Amino acid sequence: MNKYLLPLIAVVILIPILILGLRSDPRELPSQYIGKPAPEFDLPTLKDPEKRVSTANLRGEVSLVNIWATWCAGCRAEHDFLMQLNREQVIPIYAINWRDNRPGALDWLAQLGDPYVASGFDEDGRVGIDWGVYGAPETFLVNAEGYVLFRYPGPLNRAVWDHEFAPRIAELKK
Amino acid sequence: MSKRVLVVITSLLFTFSAFAIDTGKAFDDPEMQARYERLIAETRCVTCQNQSIKDSNAFIAADLRREIQRLMSEGKSDAEVAEFLVTRYGDFVLYRPRMSGKTMFLWIAPFAFILFAVFALVRVVRHRMALPIDDEAEVDGEIR
Amino acid sequence: MIPEIGHFALILALSLAVCQSVLPMIGAQRNDAALMSIARTAAYGQFLFVAISFACLTWAFAHDDFSVLYVANHSQLSLPAGYKISAVWSAHEGSLLMWILILAAWTMAVARFTSEVPDILRSRVIGVLGFLSVGFLLFALLTSNPFERLIPAALDGADLNPLLQDPGLAIHPPLLYIGYVGFSVAFAFAIAAMIGGDLDQNWARWTRPWTVVAWLFLTLGIALGSWWAYYELGWGGWWFWDAVENASFMPWLIGTALIHSLAVTERRGLFKSWTLLLSISAFSLSLLGTFLVRSGIIVSVHAFATDPTRGFFILGFLGVVVIGALALYAWRAPSLDSNVGFSLLSRETFLLLNNVLLVVATILVLMGTLAPLVVEMLNGGKISIGPPWFEVAFMVPMIPLVLLLGLGMHTAWRKQSKDPWIRLLRTPVIVAVIIGIVLPLMFYGRVSLLLVVGCAAAAWIVISSLIQPIRSWRRKQGATAITRSALGMSIAHLGMGLFVIGVTIVSAFGVESDRAMRPGETLEVAGFAFELREVRDVQGPNYTAIEGVVEVRRDGEFIAMVRPQKRQYLVQKNWMTEAGIHPTWNKDLFIALGDQLGNDTWSVRIQYKPMISFIWIGCFIMALGGLVTVSDRRYRKSAS
Repeated sequence: MNKYLLPLIAVVILIPILILGLRSDPRELPSQYIGKPAPEFDLPTLKDPEKRVSTANLRGEVSLVNIWATWCAGCRAEHDFLMQLNREQVIPIYAINWRDNRPGALDWLAQLGDPYVASGFDEDGRVGIDWGVYGAPETFLVNAEGYVLFRYPGPLNRAVWDHEFAPRIAELKK
Repeated sequence: MSKRVLVVITSLLFTFSAFAIDTGKAFDDPEMQARYERLIAETRCVTCQNQSIKDSNAFIAADLRREIQRLMSEGKSDAEVAEFLVTRYGDFVLYRPRMSGKTMFLWIAPFAFILFAVFALVRVVRHRMALPIDDEAEVDGEIR
Repeated sequence: MIPEIGHFALILALSLAVCQSVLPMIGAQRNDAALMSIARTAAYGQFLFVAISFACLTWAFAHDDFSVLYVANHSQLSLPAGYKISAVWSAHEGSLLMWILILAAWTMAVARFTSEVPDILRSRVIGVLGFLSVGFLLFALLTSNPFERLIPAALDGADLNPLLQDPGLAIHPPLLYIGYVGFSVAFAFAIAAMIGGDLDQNWARWTRPWTVVAWLFLTLGIALGSWWAYYELGWGGWWFWDAVENASFMPWLIGTALIHSLAVTERRGLFKSWTLLLSISAFSLSLLGTFLVRSGIIVSVHAFATDPTRGFFILGFLGVVVIGALALYAWRAPSLDSNVGFSLLSRETFLLLNNVLLVVATILVLMGTLAPLVVEMLNGGKISIGPPWFEVAFMVPMIPLVLLLGLGMHTAWRKQSKDPWIRLLRTPVIVAVIIGIVLPLMFYGRVSLLLVVGCAAAAWIVISSLIQPIRSWRRKQGATAITRSALGMSIAHLGMGLFVIGVTIVSAFGVESDRAMRPGETLEVAGFAFELREVRDVQGPNYTAIEGVVEVRRDGEFIAMVRPQKRQYLVQKNWMTEAGIHPTWNKDLFIALGDQLGNDTWSVRIQYKPMISFIWIGCFIMALGGLVTVSDRRYRKSAS
């Protein structure tokens, strides 16, 4: 083979890689826990510091774990949808209130409604780090055995739900 | 898709330009302090646009610095700190790719390339050493 | 009205560019003088209309025309006038227009200053440049129109990113682009020569000055970018191996290799196919860089905020251009072998070494930049490759390069006799090694292997670069003086030596200290006492700031008053760190104000940066050397 064809071949190989690269989002981080047990946590609840919420609560049924905070604009944007999910009784939603202040968070839920079974109060952010959270809001889909199936970074809405969550939940119910 | 992530990111109110400084020394022991500074310089801020947690103003960066400080004071080694971070965020969080597994080729590459280059160089020079040095007879390199 | 004129001018420029790319090529094929002469006219015309377009955009900024979307997004009523102008090229659409303008300017220069180049080759060169212009003009008109209207017009703009409100923005992009785009000339010469088949030593001689000029502007552009990041961003670093930085550095590395390879081809007709490949690669890397920065494929603070659609366009254009060029190369290169040789100890060998090491460095930087993407595409997850890897990888080819740098210029072509060579260089080498050990020890009190290697290499490069100029200066009556070409070479290499000294010393002996301070407290760093006198509020034209006043003393003697600030710009509300820097020739004292940590306590970062200015002085002198080289008689003669 003409050795002078090598540079051409190298470029021909490189270009599809760049094309593929264009279609992925460089800022999105895949979760390290997909297919693995959800990271252990044990937090006081937001409403009642005496009560606790932990990974044990997640076992037994398919659930969502939602990371939220009052300083997060996207969380406000998705809140109405979460309320709707709760009304439809589709799936229990647990929450980790991440790096927030208790009175502000309680106020928020009082004003906008509380779609959560329980909100863990992660004041110093350690649980957030343990879950590999890199922004808010994030929502994890956890199966009945406590394994993480999926993570969605960003505010939830009907379109995302139908496209990403509903099919996966349907799979589980088979 | 990217727009949504952008909303997430902007909701965190981070700016690149105002950077972070810890409240002071993390460790009194200069060796530990130097090690700490190196580790945080080599850990990537997971929400920023390509910054280390040493230089980032983001609160996640501050949280990660705190975790690294805690791990170091518990006596964990550099490898264990790296393991902690990678378990949670993946290899993405390390600016120094690990020397094992899929990133091993990165550390071998410089030496492999140099070796290959030396071989190529030796071949070319040997070839040229065998040719006449006298230019007068050389035909202009026009393609016929 | 003016924006529409600007838009229309761009369309006219496109049609001229189409003429410029097609007609002269046909003319060259048929040896038709009339068609070939269209090249010059079309080139001048294209430049005229692009200039009009650029002027219209500038007018829109100068007159706060917020009915133009681009102006509304990147300017503001209270923005200082100078920044309103530099805002023109502060983001994707406007900087793309500047790219097109610079390409048109280079083309015009080629049309003007290549009278000694045969018409057939010349027409093809301008034709290729025209083809590149067509691509970029289409890109602008179809996906990135800077004249798009905002209806209804905004009352006030969204402001220029505060990071860019700095003189650096005025100079860094233009210089960088002149360099980046300038490699298109070498590329065009290569394509034109391959099409015609006449790849003789003349081709190398004609290409060389264009390449050197592009190279020197790129050197300045990169150096300025580095310096700007250093004083503007507040973290005290000057290079992060960020993807966008690498995107500009790779063409520079290949460009340097190309200049040296052209020297061999020009002198002895050797390495023709290799020089061709380098000519293609330099501009291809420029295009790749453009792609990386504007497509949204990588995350970087330097990247333009843009979207994948534009990325596909650039990638498509990149693909066509590079694959076309490399296909031509695969066709022509096999018949280019020459039958001359050289001995082991010869300048050819050293230049070959230079090329090999620079190419290895480029491939490593390319690998580090693209590997995360490739690994992700192969489902290996996301990885990061940062300074810890780049610094090690880059050293591997660079250490041999800097050690060997001083040798080639004193080695004869074809065959160098060993004894005079050793006699000439023996003393400088010994002196350099001694300096390498003594310098760090004497001034900074410490040595290590890497330190000695760096300092010795730098000293060696400096000394060896001075040998020829000093000889020429002290020559006897009647002996020939050093040519400008050789003088420029010596100056450029000297600049490199200064650069190496700067990097070595600041990396080894720089000190950084983060501390919480109260007004009245003093911090000792590297023998200097930094007293935080007070922290107060100040007002700027479009920002408010918190300013720290730091008094610096050494051994009780007053050195300077430094004023680091944290600014909050009125419109975008982000906080910006303006570092306070006290620069002297042999060190910088770098102070940055961080967060308030409670009543009256502030976090302060103080850095001692010895010899850091040599990094940029070295680059500047390198560029100066390039300038001196192209002013050589043999190029001036052909320009007239």
